[in-house]
Amino acid sequence: MQFKGNYQGSSFSELLTVDFGHLCLNWSDLARGFDASAIPHGTTIMGFRYAEGVVIAGDRLATMGHRVATRDMEKVYPTDAHSLIAIAGAAGPAVEMARLMRIELEHYEKIEGEPLELEGKANKLSQMVRQNLPAAMQGMGVVPLFAGYDKRRGVGRLWGYDMTGGRYEETDYEATGSGGIYAAESLKKSQRPDANREESLRMAVQALVDASDEDRATGGPDVVRGIYPIIDFCTESGIERASEGEIETVFRAIIAEQTERRRTAS
Amino acid sequence: MSMPFYVSPEQVMTDKAEFARKGVARGKPSLVIECDAGILMMAENLSSLSKIGEIYDRVAFAGVGKFSEFDQLRKIGIRYADIKGYAYSRDDVRGRALANAYSQAVGDAFTQQLKPLEVEIVVAEVGDTSLAGHENNAIYRIQYDGSISDHHGHCVIGGAAEDLSEFLDSRYKEGIPLGEAIALGKAALERGAEGEPSIDVKNLEVCLLERERQGRKFTRLDADRIGELLNA
Repeated sequence: MQFKGNYQGSSFSELLTVDFGHLCLNWSDLARGFDASAIPHGTTIMGFRYAEGVVIAGDRLATMGHRVATRDMEKVYPTDAHSLIAIAGAAGPAVEMARLMRIELEHYEKIEGEPLELEGKANKLSQMVRQNLPAAMQGMGVVPLFAGYDKRRGVGRLWGYDMTGGRYEETDYEATGSGGIYAAESLKKSQRPDANREESLRMAVQALVDASDEDRATGGPDVVRGIYPIIDFCTESGIERASEGEIETVFRAIIAEQTERRRTAS
Repeated sequence: MSMPFYVSPEQVMTDKAEFARKGVARGKPSLVIECDAGILMMAENLSSLSKIGEIYDRVAFAGVGKFSEFDQLRKIGIRYADIKGYAYSRDDVRGRALANAYSQAVGDAFTQQLKPLEVEIVVAEVGDTSLAGHENNAIYRIQYDGSISDHHGHCVIGGAAEDLSEFLDSRYKEGIPLGEAIALGKAALERGAEGEPSIDVKNLEVCLLERERQGRKFTRLDADRIGELLNA
């Protein structure tokens, strides 16, 4: 492996393109005329602000056209101690983007001796999404969400992106992916910035249940296989993942209420 | 046409070595001590420019000599480690491979460049008890001419390294607790600082590769934490 290269800066993705081109083949040109339904796609992700910071959640299903590709895909990844990325879109490039993002932030921090500001991190991700634009035009887009706790300002912050790398800071909530529209509709009614952790967990599970009810490509909680959505809370003290047990409890309560409502109505 | 004077290769090498040795000896020493919590790295540092840095999950770097030169080496090491971890896996990034790569690079600069690097560096790797075969610590020292050696217990680089090394030899014991290791390191560094019998904790750069920490094991201890550990 090459020890000394030409690149002198502090960005890992630039280092890859300048000195290690063979590790980052730009396959977007090769994707022309490609049947995008032949590769796995990840679907619904969402994020919203709550009293202590920000919540990021995602379902676990990846689909290939109408087929299930994976039932337990992870779409939410911590990128450092106080930030997270969630990914929707073509699974391969999306997972790669999440991985690169994590290395990018760590690499910058080590080279420069201090971490990027939260806004700087969000902006870096914007550039990575934009670089994927040619592939997005072939149906292999990646649309992430980025969130974190801004320690300088003492607030949770959240960004949505479009396929061109457009970056939009959200004050309340954002959801994307095939079931994103339904999750957003659900959150529109439930989300409150002063909600506590328990209420926020319920909002997140409810939104995912609503999305999976309307969108066939979104996977709801799977009690038979024991596969539950990933719900991460990012606060001043770091990132905490909700346990499968508590998600199951909330999910069962929601189902019981819905059943009860139908029973008493009839 | 002028003829260059003939200088024997021995003379060239001796001169270069002397030049580099002088450069390194001018700097304050840095030291590495294995302790119960992991690997401790210390230096007296009056500036905000670091002599010790994180390379990867279990690997750290310390340098003495000319700042611009060893800091460049630190950055090259980070790039090498991050690329390796990206191309293979995080567990594949090991101290020995990095130390060998450094040894090559520094050695090449010594023989090929007119001016050798005025640096001495240490690559330290803390063991991970959860990975079979990766349990042991490793400490490598690379000198200005690229010569490499591995050390157990402790290692000193920079000015007065031999004197400090003897001092540590006589007092070091295996599995020394972190607080005692910091006190020992501080005493050793104070020996190096002539005419300044006591080093203020604020002027100590202290980093730890913490064995029990998950993921990135490198931490920088601030003055408060150092004070706590010294008084514990």
